[in-house]
Amino acid sequence: MLNQNSIWKVLLVIVIIGLCTLYALPNIYGEDNAVQISAGRDGNVTVQMVDDVKKTLADNNITPKRIEFENEQILVRLNDSDAQLRARELLETSLGTNYSVAMNLAADTPQWLEELGGTPMKLGLDLRGGVHFLMEVDMSEAISKSLEDAQDNFRTALREEKLRYRTVQQRENHVDIHFRDEETLEKAQFFLRNRNPDLTFEEVDDMVLRASFSEAKLQGIRENAVKQNITIIRNRVNQLGVAEPLVQKQGADRIVVQLPGIQDTARAKEILNATATLEFRLVDQDNDVRDALNGRVPAGSQVIEDQQGRPQLLEKRIMLTGNHIIDANSGVDEYGIPQVNISLDSEGGNKMSRTTRGNIGKPMATVFIEYKSTGERNADGKLVFEKHEEVISVATIQAQLGSSFRITGLDSPKEARDLSLLLRAGALIAPIQIVEERTVGPSLGKENIELGMQAILWGLAAVLVFMLIYYKAFGLVANFALLTNLVIIIGVMSMIPGATLTLPGMAGIVLTVGMAVDANVLIFERIREEIRDGRSPQQAIHQGYDSAFSTILDANITTFIAGLILFAVGTGPIKGFSITLMIGIATSMFTAIVVTRVIVNAVWGGRKVKKLAI
Amino acid sequence: MQILNLSETVNFMRLRIPTMILSTCLIIGSLVSLGVNSLNWGLDFTGGTLIEVGYSQSADLTKIRHELTAANFEDAVVQNFGTSEDVLIRISPREGVKAATIGNQVLEALRADGSDVEMRRIEFVGPNVGDELTEQGGLAMLVALLCILVYVAMRFEWRFSLGSVAALVHDVILTLGLFSFLQIEFDLTVLAALLAVIGYSLNDTIVVCDRIRENFRKIRKAEPVEVINISLTQTLSRTVITSLTTILVLVALYYKGGALIHGFATALLFGVVVGTYSSIYIASSVALALGISKEDLIPPQVEKEGQDMDSLL
Repeated sequence: MLNQNSIWKVLLVIVIIGLCTLYALPNIYGEDNAVQISAGRDGNVTVQMVDDVKKTLADNNITPKRIEFENEQILVRLNDSDAQLRARELLETSLGTNYSVAMNLAADTPQWLEELGGTPMKLGLDLRGGVHFLMEVDMSEAISKSLEDAQDNFRTALREEKLRYRTVQQRENHVDIHFRDEETLEKAQFFLRNRNPDLTFEEVDDMVLRASFSEAKLQGIRENAVKQNITIIRNRVNQLGVAEPLVQKQGADRIVVQLPGIQDTARAKEILNATATLEFRLVDQDNDVRDALNGRVPAGSQVIEDQQGRPQLLEKRIMLTGNHIIDANSGVDEYGIPQVNISLDSEGGNKMSRTTRGNIGKPMATVFIEYKSTGERNADGKLVFEKHEEVISVATIQAQLGSSFRITGLDSPKEARDLSLLLRAGALIAPIQIVEERTVGPSLGKENIELGMQAILWGLAAVLVFMLIYYKAFGLVANFALLTNLVIIIGVMSMIPGATLTLPGMAGIVLTVGMAVDANVLIFERIREEIRDGRSPQQAIHQGYDSAFSTILDANITTFIAGLILFAVGTGPIKGFSITLMIGIATSMFTAIVVTRVIVNAVWGGRKVKKLAI
Repeated sequence: MQILNLSETVNFMRLRIPTMILSTCLIIGSLVSLGVNSLNWGLDFTGGTLIEVGYSQSADLTKIRHELTAANFEDAVVQNFGTSEDVLIRISPREGVKAATIGNQVLEALRADGSDVEMRRIEFVGPNVGDELTEQGGLAMLVALLCILVYVAMRFEWRFSLGSVAALVHDVILTLGLFSFLQIEFDLTVLAALLAVIGYSLNDTIVVCDRIRENFRKIRKAEPVEVINISLTQTLSRTVITSLTTILVLVALYYKGGALIHGFATALLFGVVVGTYSSIYIASSVALALGISKEDLIPPQVEKEGQDMDSLL
């Protein structure tokens, strides 16, 4: 007999539909308005705090739905957005600045579903509201910094080898070393080449040796700059207490930051925008600040003001940059004097011990450097940055320092705290600039979802009615497949961790609804043709599915290719659209070919049928 | 129920020449419009600041324009967006002003007189990001077309491949022409829609090509024109029904999906209509003009390895 189902096929269909339904389920539970408490500067979130939070809320007549403690964060679920607003304000004042209190939407998935790994689809910023930043790392600055490093290295190395040079000068993308005679240059070239395998050396002029980075090294510097900036931005974002922040590399020199649910955009920008770095330098004691202020600045020194506006004369040579700092925290010593304890990585530790060995008893300054965009652009269209330097502390080196040391000489515990925070947050290796910013208000996000849902429902209803009228019983089968298709799309979207539903993504789903029937239309039209050609119903069904199959396959694969290319080259909304399109193509093929076949076989297959209702 | 009950083969190809002329005229018209009017590029492509605000009552656009001029935003484009309470403001990128703060400045200017303004959306895109997107969008389109060309050539035949890509290019140019002619804003969602049009139109064309291939192999004695007419007639009801259901859904999207998605829905609605037409006329006409014949589609006899050798046993 024709058109009979094999057991494994039926089982497969049931299992897939069942699984997808299960994982699509979390989406119908909606979200709670919640307030999230996470550790800020010196705070620590503990289980004991839950009671304090409960009490604070109860004192003010707010009844939370549920309070959860997880991953050193407290999540307070509330019944409405009014309670959420009030709870945030209350908790913010009662907990103080050591904690960050953020408003949040938390999925209201039941416990048992959560245990099975069920989570609702991630909603894009256009559907839930929030901020999106695209940041660009200033690569020329990163490269110039590395050149500066190289320049210092050359000086030290040549001095140690007793090779006399005239000057070492950093140019745009290379360092020129001038010598007095050819012989020294040759020796120096041989020596430096061996010491710096990732640099290329060439003699450009009489007695000038030029060092530049190899392409591989430049690539390394660029990659490193982006990587380090990502880590630092992630640290900073964590201070904001955002539920599901996204910090991701895009292209060669860009970083995407998405903060869903963030409503306080000014604060987000402030924290992200703080493109700061730190340097440790020796105070120049051989010369007088007043002389320098009168225009006689010694060649190797520079005047930088401190926070009170007092000028300080510092050596230009940098002992250590903030890149090597692993950790920093503030405290007080045995006499109650505020201090900051700093830990360095091993490279930084070596550098520090080398540079402090001969400078015990001398004052060392910590310089805070911030790059601020002037808003102007140079000829290449790149933004122009202004360097803003400030001395934040001057402390005397008490002993040779290693990989962990402390800074004293701070005015107050608060200053110590602020300094440690800045050190911990890390120093950006190169300045970053926001090149794209999108903010979607929460009300617009909600509206987008509602409109999208309405569009889906209306479109779906129209198609369902049409198919039912046009194909009768078979239309009913196609309609079942269509609905199953929707559930499977939602289930799959919820299961894939990286998939995010956006407004264009919703449009993609709507489009899938319209196009998903195509495969069924192809099959049903074939069946009708076969019947017109005089075949028996069973033959017609068999033949119809068979001959439509390759057509459906070819047509869908080509569309899938288009989706794949969209995903590869597209960004943001286009990616969102292409994901739903591709998932939609795959699932609609499954439902239109396999699922309907199983139903058709179950209803009409394996028995004598005189006439098909098609 | 049956919308189209065709007992006889429709002579589609009789209209081959007139439709070719029509399509050529439309393409030229679109290209002229694109050349003269260009596209009304959206923020994603031009850079600048876009601010959508919601008022509690009907917004007075003239007053908003005055307020913005007073705040030194003379070039601001102010228009209603969706409803009379929602207003969309666009400001082109400017020298010397920190672009990211423009949004806040505009909001301040609007709130200065005490009106109840709600920020709904602020987007700021630097001009260099926009330049890149224009390149990337064009590149995406080209790569997509190229991959499709290769796939169809491999699966079918090069004449079909050229025919279907010609149909795609036709659809894309016409849709772009419409956007340029009506000066509808062309943003990222419209680009996504355009790529979906490629997908849809392709889907349609492949179905038709598939049937033509099948009929070439099945029908022994028939001229290519006849085979194509038969194939088009056989697939016509499917083509019409699929287009119809898709259009139904797109109409729902247009009316219910909100203002943000209008451009997307418009592009797709037009694209589906044009795509359906092009899958009937363009792809097959081009394949026919390139001289598609029965011999091209009969699968070649595969010679088995060692077929001509004597058996060893």
